[in-house]
Amino acid sequence: REGAATSRRRRGAALRGGPAMDLFGDLRRMNKRQLYYQVLNFAMIVSSALMIWKGLIVITGSESPIVVVLSGSMEPAFHRGDLLFLTNFHDDPIRAGEIVVFKVEGRDIPIVHRVIKIHEKENGNIKFLTKGDNNEVDDRGLYKEGQNWLEKKDVVGRARGFLPYVGMVTIIMNDYPKFKYALLAVMGAYVLLKRES
Amino acid sequence: LRKNVEDFTGPRERSDLGFVTFDITADILNGKNGLQTIFDWNVKQLFLYLSAEYSTKNNALNQVVLWDKIMLRGDNPRLFLKDMKSKYFFFDDGNGLKGNRNVTLTLSWNVVPNAGILPLVTGSGHVSVPFPDTYETTKSY
Repeated sequence: REGAATSRRRRGAALRGGPAMDLFGDLRRMNKRQLYYQVLNFAMIVSSALMIWKGLIVITGSESPIVVVLSGSMEPAFHRGDLLFLTNFHDDPIRAGEIVVFKVEGRDIPIVHRVIKIHEKENGNIKFLTKGDNNEVDDRGLYKEGQNWLEKKDVVGRARGFLPYVGMVTIIMNDYPKFKYALLAVMGAYVLLKRES
Repeated sequence: LRKNVEDFTGPRERSDLGFVTFDITADILNGKNGLQTIFDWNVKQLFLYLSAEYSTKNNALNQVVLWDKIMLRGDNPRLFLKDMKSKYFFFDDGNGLKGNRNVTLTLSWNVVPNAGILPLVTGSGHVSVPFPDTYETTKSY
C-alpha cells in the first residue's frame, strides 16, 4: 500500500487532467514550511483588510461607514445596490434635509432616509422624523411601537458620498450564499497556492 | 430668490398646526462657477425642499420641511411656482407657532451626483413668516 502511494506521488507531476490537476500537483510538492508561509501571508491579508475597516470606523465615527442601499425608498436618488459612505461625527448637528442611516431599536437592518423634521432643545437633545423620498408617508410606521421620533443614538451615520451599482456584489452574496462561498473558496485557494517566484 | 406667504394656525391634538401658502421664484446655480447652471456632468438630480425654521419655548431649534421636489438633470433649473400649499403637515411640537413672529422659510437642495459627494446647499434668500396670535376655527384651507 505504501508503494502504491509513493508511486502515485511521483506520478503527480505528470498526471493528465488540465490546470486543476497541475494545481494539486503543486500543492503536494510544496513542503510544509512553504505551506505555513502561504497561510501566514493569507492571515496578513485578512488582518490588513480588517485593520483598514476598523480604521474607517474610527475616522468616520460610524459603526458602519460603508452601507449598501437595500430598497427603492430613496429613488430616484439611490437605487438598490448603490454604495453609501457615512460619517457620524458627534458635533455634526442633525438638520432637516440630511440623509441619515438609522436603526430602529430591536431591528438589525439600517434604513436610509431623509430627515424632514427636527425639534432640538437648548441642551442639544434632538428628536427628529424621517421619510423616504420615494415614500408617500413618513417613517412613523417603521419605528418601534409607540415611538414617534428618532434620537441621535439611533443614527448610524449621515450619507456624505455615494457610488452607484458597486454594492450589488454584497446583495448577490446575500441572496445567493453559494456564490459567496464559491468566491471565498476561489480567493482562499488563490492566496494559498500562489507562489512567489 | 423670493417667496410670498399668507398663513393662519389651527390647534390639532394640543399641538399647533400651521398652514402656509407660498410662491417660489428661484434660479438654481452652481455657486462655485458663478452664474453657471447647477446641472454639470456629475449632477444626476437635485432634491429641493422648503423648510421652516423657528424657535419656541419648548425647543430652541425647530425645522420642518413643508414641501419638496425632485428636479432631474434636464429639467429647467428655474422655478416659478405660485400659490403652492405645503405638502406636509406643519405641526409644531407644542404650541410654539401661535404668535411666533420669527418663522423663517428657506429653500435648500441636496445635490445628488452620478458618483461622489452629496452636498446640501441652502439658497441665498429667505422669508420670515409671522404667525397670528389667534387660532382659526373655520377650516378654510
